[in-house]
Amino acid sequence: MQTTTERIERPEDRFLAAFEVHAGHALNGNGPRMQALRREALTHFARLGFPERKAEAWKYTNIGRKLAHPYALGAPAPALTRDDLAPYAIPGLDAARAALVNGRFEPGLSSLDGLPEGVVVTGLAEAAGAHPELFERHFAHYADYRGEVFTALNTAFTRDGLFVYVPANTVVERPIHALSLLDTDADLFLQPRLLVVVERGAQVRLIESRHARTGTKTFTNGVTEIFVGPNAHVDLFTLQDEGDAAAQVASRYAYQEADSYLATSTITLSGDLVRNTQNYLPDAENCETHLRGLFLGRGTMHVDNHTLVDHAKPHCYSNELFKGILADRATGVFNGKVFVRPDAQQTNAYQENKTVLLSEAARMYAKPELEIYADDVKCSHGATTGRLDAEAMFYLRTRGLTDGQARRMLLLAFARDVIDEIAVEPLRAHLDRLIERRLP
Amino acid sequence: MLEIKDLRARIEDQEILKGVNLTVKPGEVHAIMGPNGSGKSTLASVLAGREEYEVTGGEVWYDGKNLLDMEPDERAREGVFLAFQYPVELPGVSMSNFLKQAVNAVREHRGEAPLSAVEFLKLMKEKAALVHLDPSLKRRAVNEGFSGGEKKRNEIFQMAMLEPKLAILDETDSGLDIDALRIVADGVNQMRSPERAFLVITHYQRLLDYIVPDIVHVLVDGRIVKSGGKDLALKLEDLGYDWVKEQADAETLA
Repeated sequence: MQTTTERIERPEDRFLAAFEVHAGHALNGNGPRMQALRREALTHFARLGFPERKAEAWKYTNIGRKLAHPYALGAPAPALTRDDLAPYAIPGLDAARAALVNGRFEPGLSSLDGLPEGVVVTGLAEAAGAHPELFERHFAHYADYRGEVFTALNTAFTRDGLFVYVPANTVVERPIHALSLLDTDADLFLQPRLLVVVERGAQVRLIESRHARTGTKTFTNGVTEIFVGPNAHVDLFTLQDEGDAAAQVASRYAYQEADSYLATSTITLSGDLVRNTQNYLPDAENCETHLRGLFLGRGTMHVDNHTLVDHAKPHCYSNELFKGILADRATGVFNGKVFVRPDAQQTNAYQENKTVLLSEAARMYAKPELEIYADDVKCSHGATTGRLDAEAMFYLRTRGLTDGQARRMLLLAFARDVIDEIAVEPLRAHLDRLIERRLP
Repeated sequence: MLEIKDLRARIEDQEILKGVNLTVKPGEVHAIMGPNGSGKSTLASVLAGREEYEVTGGEVWYDGKNLLDMEPDERAREGVFLAFQYPVELPGVSMSNFLKQAVNAVREHRGEAPLSAVEFLKLMKEKAALVHLDPSLKRRAVNEGFSGGEKKRNEIFQMAMLEPKLAILDETDSGLDIDALRIVADGVNQMRSPERAFLVITHYQRLLDYIVPDIVHVLVDGRIVKSGGKDLALKLEDLGYDWVKEQADAETLA
């Protein structure tokens, strides 16, 4: 009998070893401040370690199983043409397009003409070099690389991604579409980063869509930072559709200054494991924050939405609505935290999570958490999980609709209040069609 | 058109229909009256195909086909319509989308082409007028925020859109004030035709002043115990259901 002995290494060790090798290629690796930041982030990563199964924030999401896979850490850039990206375009959408392939900004596949003066949409690596002051003022200022292991890891390793800058009082009329595509023959671990800086009184609509043309196993550990300046107005629509073999942890940090408006919609249509960790900090008076989400799960898909709205200042409003449709053996997790700190009087904070389960084996774990330390506030939360209403199904069938037609109609209606809030008409129509096609 | 033979049905462990016999010919309006719990709504539900009810015996033939073999939507496409006692609210489903799919499902089954957007809107406007519904309702969600009367009128409106061969009205009159009742009855009367039959289930004789039936049946404890002309309804109003029960019991004994 033969025995083979393997050194059991923790997934963390592979990253720690790779850090030295990759250091030279990393984002703006030559700048001393960035070098120091990356080293610091790596130290935090090593200290924090990947979440244990018992960790409360990861209770229902077995991320360890995904991390154990021996992904390649660097990706060659495939040579793609605009035609390769055509299938992922949004019909009828007039938008500036920034293309990212395997997390790398591709200027040749992007169409960024016609942006207002002063607006910057470019690769993150490029931006770090071309706009160092602006970049360093915001990069890693909102993302919690000291306390969140995936954010620490991304901060240590990120090489590229997208940088969007809208200067004060500039209105970007056409939406900006950040189209991300995975294209690889390898099992790949990617760490893209998105930094959005919208200054005082500026306005922009961002569409972020993520796709894959590969069946290999991928793990995307992405971080997004959004700075919304005073009286600025930002809409972000995220479409996650990377296919059945893609795992991702997407961490988003939004920081809002006074009188600002931020609305995000996170639509998850596919993925093997999807974890969205979203943190919103309206850190001044009179901020308005909307968080919307819709997820469709089938097969063994796992979708986990963790959100935090941290009301630190008075007179702010937040409204959160996450809806899910789960079929087969799919699982969903919703953990919505709302903090209302002692100073945050006159806060209005609402949260709702609704899920429809289409099979016996589908599971939803919903955990709303409201922590209120101010006494003059209006807050509410609700979570419901259930099946399609049998009486509604019967009503539709007595009007001639088949079981499938009736189900589809009710599910689309269920998703409607998330979809209808999407303020870009061609995107809304596109999502309507996509969702109708993808309904389990 | 409809032939019900010795129909028995139960829900959970309770037998509700205990041998119903009924024959309806095209063009006829049959009223089914009876006290609470006699099985009126169960009969409507079984005919429409509601799953909670288990048919334990008997047959239902509709246009020469075995109705009980059909799914609820097949029955609808074959021309059976149920006006619900409690119409269901469908948040997020617009009236126009709902009716377009329903009308086209029925048309497709009849081998007709789907209606164009223009034709459909014209039809909606025309039929909504029949029951005095505001045409702007097409943008509203089905029954959501409708008043009780609007919901019942909406049932008749849907019936008019779908043009069934057999319409079953399950207590469409209950809870309506006299104006709404007249509107509903008016809508039904305009749809009466030699090809179309109605089964009007009601608790109150009042409706039958406005929708005049050809035949009135009295359902008591899961059986039709008496049938007669429209005068029977008036007699019931005067003498109550006990009178029919006593008569029926006497007949059984004899």
